[in-house]
Amino acid sequence: MTAATGEVAEQGRKAGPGDPRARRRRRARASRGDSRLAFRLIVPTILLLGVVIGYPVVYAIVQSLKLDKADAGINPSTGFFESGGKYIGGKYYGYWYNCHCANGLPGHEFWPAVQTTIIFTVITVAFEIVLGTMMALVMHRAFRGRSLVRAAILVPWAIPTAVTALMWKYMFQPHGVINSLFGTHIIWTGSEWPARWAVIIADVWKTTPFIALLVLAGLQVIPDELYESAKVDGASARQRFFSLTLPLVKPALMVAALFRILDVLRIYDLPALLTGGSNNTTTLSILVVNELRSSQNAAAALSTITFLFIFVVAFILVRLFSVNVVQTQARTVKA
Amino acid sequence: MTAVATESAAAQPAHPAVVRRRRRSVDGRALGRGLGILLIVLWCLAPAYWMLVASLRQVDFTYDSTPWPKHVTFDNFRAIFKGNNHFGRALLNTILIGAVVTAIAMVVGVFCAYAIARLHFRGKFAVLGLILAASMFPGVALVTPLFQFFTNAGWLGTYQALIIPNLAFALPLCVYVLSSFFSQMPWELEQAAKVDGASPGQAFRMVILPIAAPGLFTAAILVFLSVWNEYLLASQLSNNNPNVAPVTVAIASFTGSDPKVVPYTSIMAAGVVVTIPLVIVVLLFQRRIVSGLTAGGVKG
Repeated sequence: MTAATGEVAEQGRKAGPGDPRARRRRRARASRGDSRLAFRLIVPTILLLGVVIGYPVVYAIVQSLKLDKADAGINPSTGFFESGGKYIGGKYYGYWYNCHCANGLPGHEFWPAVQTTIIFTVITVAFEIVLGTMMALVMHRAFRGRSLVRAAILVPWAIPTAVTALMWKYMFQPHGVINSLFGTHIIWTGSEWPARWAVIIADVWKTTPFIALLVLAGLQVIPDELYESAKVDGASARQRFFSLTLPLVKPALMVAALFRILDVLRIYDLPALLTGGSNNTTTLSILVVNELRSSQNAAAALSTITFLFIFVVAFILVRLFSVNVVQTQARTVKA
Repeated sequence: MTAVATESAAAQPAHPAVVRRRRRSVDGRALGRGLGILLIVLWCLAPAYWMLVASLRQVDFTYDSTPWPKHVTFDNFRAIFKGNNHFGRALLNTILIGAVVTAIAMVVGVFCAYAIARLHFRGKFAVLGLILAASMFPGVALVTPLFQFFTNAGWLGTYQALIIPNLAFALPLCVYVLSSFFSQMPWELEQAAKVDGASPGQAFRMVILPIAAPGLFTAAILVFLSVWNEYLLASQLSNNNPNVAPVTVAIASFTGSDPKVVPYTSIMAAGVVVTIPLVIVVLLFQRRIVSGLTAGGVKG
């Protein structure tokens, strides 16, 4: 590649158009034109995203600092009447932080929801990464039946999450197929950990294929010769996996893990429909929706907290794993 | 990359030995692989199969655990289109919402994707990062402000209240998938068109767009599927109005003749009806969808 360009540059040095300075000037002119066109092409997308995401988020933050109409009334500590829409600063944030729950209903608390959300995230993503990698390895080495596997693997992905949740809810019924298959008598949605496992299993079933496809795409880029030479050098299968395959698929795996972590942190459909958020399966998203119809501004504060929480996690992960998603993305875009 | 090249070059002469060693253990390993494949296929298909079997069961045999269709009836499928379930209407709603969202996202996103894939400009990383951040944005952060907007505007339970929020994730997804497709296209043709005197805009419209059709189609499918999947925003913003609610919301609120008993066989029948078109589309276009998914690295 470099040799070829060098040659071209050398050939063109006398001729003029290949002159580096002229080339740079030409590129600068082209990119100025490009920039103008790019700006015009990008503006509609950015504007639309600003309208459907940016403005609502800013609005939510402003609202979260005001008293909700539903909470208007005599302030018990001051004895003054407070009307809806009055700025109250970070009161709602304090309310969630200190967990003074509006209606005292169980499962209506902030910190347990944070805990549940983190538990779901850690367990599901760990399972999905391990199982997804295993699936990808099997698919990668399979020559017969690969298209069958790929078709099968797309089925869980294609089924809408809401349908997935109801399907597993049906299977997790006390008289359902899972209990009769394993000869157990667990009331899956009846207590804390069975209910959580129900959600985790359903989520792992639904999204492991996605991870497997991502990892498979990473595996297919690794040249076969690399394995051949490792074998010749006497590397065992285990060594080949840990010092060859894993490091090479790591970037793909990291991006997949990051996406999945951010995805599970906002999980709503599965627990909402599978367990209804009972028995400590209420995630942050479910909590926001539950609050929506009692105090919208308190819900706005909570959704802002959720959003910031996910944002911070994303930031830390990107720093920690030094996953440069944008660059990886840019590379795929370029490739 | 250079290290890879030299290593592979060194491996060349050793080939015959490798082949011989591989042949010896081929039976055992093929068996293991076959088993692995069987397990994966079972794991992926068994729950879906169970949904299909349950949808064909008579209501009285809801919890029958015979692994094949027994007590077969099509009553469940008939039942979901009758009564208060509004299932047919919900299907139409989903198709309508999906079509409008997909159309808007494609029309707007195609230009942005082109710019990202093809043009050199300052701030490309910023734009890409912004779009990535938008695609990772939690839907729940939109549900509160949009619920307030639409309450104030009297839009709760209308089509626009269901279409607008979907754009928030449909558009980034669309830009993403399209930009990766665009960057893999034969752009020499664009150069040729420019040499022949076409402006960049003309080259895009008259040369690139026709070649890009398959990629556009894939992006449209992925966007449509993601809208078909959406539940959180739709469940809140449809405000229990069965005339506009999409199919995911309708299924979740299914009721049978007895309000205390959850009509699982009907729900499974509805699940089958919703899933079959998706599975057919996905299987027909699996190659394209897989490449779109892995290139975009996005979740459907």
